[in-house]
Amino acid sequence: MNRLNVNFCGVDFKNPIVPASGTYGYGREYECLYPLSKLGGISVKGTTLHRREGNPAPRVAETPAGMLNSVGLQNGGVDKFLSYELPNLVTKDTRIIANIAGSTVEECGELAAKLRGSAVDMIELNISCPNVKQGGAAFGTDCAIAGQVTKIVKDNSDKPVMVKLSPNVTSIVDIAKSVEANGADAVSLINTLLGMRIDIKTGRPILKNNVGGLSGPAVFPVAVRMVWQVANAVNIPVCGMGGVSTWEDAVEIMMAGASLVQVGAAIFNDPFAPVKIVDGLQKYCEDNGINNISEIVGTVKPW
Amino acid sequence: MYKQGKYQIVSKKNPAKGIFDIEILCPEIAALAEAGQFAQVAAEGFFLRRPISICDIDKDKGTIRLVFEIRGKGTEKLADLCCGQLIDIIAPLGKGFKVMEGRKVICVGGGIGVPPMVGVAKAYGENAVAISGFRNMAAVILQEDFEAAGAKTILCTDDGSAGRKGFVTEALEEQIAAEKPDLVVACGPMVMLKRVADIAEKHGIECQVSLEQRMACGVGACLVCACRTVKNGAEIHSHVCKDGPVFDSKEVVFE
Repeated sequence: MNRLNVNFCGVDFKNPIVPASGTYGYGREYECLYPLSKLGGISVKGTTLHRREGNPAPRVAETPAGMLNSVGLQNGGVDKFLSYELPNLVTKDTRIIANIAGSTVEECGELAAKLRGSAVDMIELNISCPNVKQGGAAFGTDCAIAGQVTKIVKDNSDKPVMVKLSPNVTSIVDIAKSVEANGADAVSLINTLLGMRIDIKTGRPILKNNVGGLSGPAVFPVAVRMVWQVANAVNIPVCGMGGVSTWEDAVEIMMAGASLVQVGAAIFNDPFAPVKIVDGLQKYCEDNGINNISEIVGTVKPW
Repeated sequence: MYKQGKYQIVSKKNPAKGIFDIEILCPEIAALAEAGQFAQVAAEGFFLRRPISICDIDKDKGTIRLVFEIRGKGTEKLADLCCGQLIDIIAPLGKGFKVMEGRKVICVGGGIGVPPMVGVAKAYGENAVAISGFRNMAAVILQEDFEAAGAKTILCTDDGSAGRKGFVTEALEEQIAAEKPDLVVACGPMVMLKRVADIAEKHGIECQVSLEQRMACGVGACLVCACRTVKNGAEIHSHVCKDGPVFDSKEVVFE
């Protein structure tokens, strides 16, 4: 009995655990520890139309139970992804989620078009990066633009499109509804929460970008709340993420309404975190007589 | 190729105020490690690991040595670990220093940049000159290790309380004048690295420097530890954890 396989937007994942975009590169750095086939899929590093160098360092600051980052979408561009990373990834027996980020609405459409016919299983449209000046969170904090970007990507794509939402909004439910109305096949949430730290000796922010995105266990309760709210408001599947570090966290965010789970910053502390979560979920299902993990999705019984 | 695991601390010393020297029994890591690589060390209660350069590798004993300074609460926690306890490390990481059989090297270390020079000096033995710089006598560490490696050992302190008074760069100039090496390697403050790189370039000597940056994953996936480098004439962001920490000094854009 395969207790962990899930169908998400018509794509079969052998288990619901996927390393989150930006925390796992394209998998190359972790292959010496375990085969990537143990993972349900990989959401690759945010990919842009052209190569980007990202923001100046320092790009990371530690926080209580987490960290801030201000990488700023450093990547080799979509052509390098297609010619160099994708051919390697397709041999790894895991699902490939291409995370794309455009600096204009048109660029998002162009990126989606570039991935047409490729071996990518699914697109994750990033409208929530807090570390770039154009695009990113500017798309994800406005219902109309979020819908517009979703539509152009859907129109140019032959893959299921999942839209990654920003928590830095007044109502994440409104944004989720807008992308659903414009054809999104799924939503993923939450991206990082905008934060800041200051070195009190120098009076300078630790991040050269001054501000950056907060991730890690510190944001987990916020993620659970938002997944729960969004899952109750839309009819498309939800991929949950934000501080998931243990199999218990994965169960919790699934009970809140996530049918796929991404694991991010936890990997920096423990590179084995995603596979430990997979193993933990397997045992959880066996111990509790759960035939398939999907049975627990959205089963929270609110007071 | 690297490993992650919990390994036993087999010795712990406190060679100077705020400086700790621990030896870890980790045969599979020791077998892979090269001078100049580093370890990502977990500090209990802290989210991010601390990158610490590998000071010395004993492949026969299956141990590596980490010499670190208490910089904040995380490293303070690491300093609390005792001999016999387990330490969670990911290692060996990054690219190390070049080792060229039968060639001559000058190793230049400043302060807490001195530890990774021990591994290089050992690899070159009598063909190495080790120049170390510290604030004062109380801060001096690892001189006996350079001597044991067979390296010519030159100590400098800012106040002259131990060794010669002055900067490592003056000693480097003199040493190059006495005998030109094939390679200069350096680890220490950025200003020192720049001076060392300039001196090496002036004399047409290859130079490698070890850089430092705030890190998260330590393996090249998260891209936070960016440093400015020049490749094929264009300035790009490389990453200290994977492309370094050791770089050819000509590639580094010094601030």
